[in-house]
Amino acid sequence: MPMSREEIFENVRDTLVDALAVEPDEVTEGATLTGDLGAESIDFLDIVFRLEKSFDIKIPRGELFPDDLLNNPDYVSNGKFTPTGLSQIKKAMPHADFSGFESDPDVNKMPDLFTVKTLVNYIEAKLAA
Amino acid sequence: MRWIWIDKFVEFESGRRAVAVKNLTLAEEHLHDHFPGYPVMPASLMIEGMAQTAGILVGEARDFSEKVILAKVKLARFEGVARPGEQLRFETVIESITPEGATTSGKILCDGRPLGQVDIMFSHIDQNMSGLNFPQENFVFTDEFRNLLTTYQVRRREGV
Repeated sequence: MPMSREEIFENVRDTLVDALAVEPDEVTEGATLTGDLGAESIDFLDIVFRLEKSFDIKIPRGELFPDDLLNNPDYVSNGKFTPTGLSQIKKAMPHADFSGFESDPDVNKMPDLFTVKTLVNYIEAKLAA
Repeated sequence: MRWIWIDKFVEFESGRRAVAVKNLTLAEEHLHDHFPGYPVMPASLMIEGMAQTAGILVGEARDFSEKVILAKVKLARFEGVARPGEQLRFETVIESITPEGATTSGKILCDGRPLGQVDIMFSHIDQNMSGLNFPQENFVFTDEFRNLLTTYQVRRREGV
């Protein structure tokens, strides 16, 4: 039987509790990984490893956390995503919610796209594929 | 003092598993400070021993082409102490390895009794530091570390 969204969330929450040493009640769907849960860059690799193990899936590099867009001058100019860049990142991250980001696509705000909900959406789509 | 916290490998399965041992001796300066009159091996140095065992295992899996850096101690739990005259045994397996890094899980035994568990995450640093450049040469795996593995391989060939 496929996992329910609730079960996926609980599994993601347990993964983040272990990876980031946070309390379970801090892990809400809206929590950002870096801002709210204190994740550092190296934690993202740890989270990928743990999610792969926990859900028995393979997460190809850049699929969950795209990291190759920022160095492309066509995509980022003066610290903001260009319209082309924005459309690329939206295509690369269909699991993220861009509603707050689109009006001010500042690269410094990119970490806010990585929320617990982003992870749950990604896993849900991955398991359904 | 040399920063080598394992004495030799006793088992090595490429890309999968490694076991190294370290004999504890009162000739080691730090044991006289940790603690005066009660010498026990510091847990931090046992974590380092595990990191060296697992780090060489991870490095060898990519033929030492990657700079393997300890990124995170995922778990370190100890349930006893190790004293001079005893032997530490570091047993580790690779749980996952990708182009970006690896995770390992390991047990430490002291004279055969379970002493602790240390799980580690390593980063292949050249794959994870976009925009930052590191020296070309592999500064992680110096000859001192590579020799540990070479010695093991030579002894295996000689059937020792």
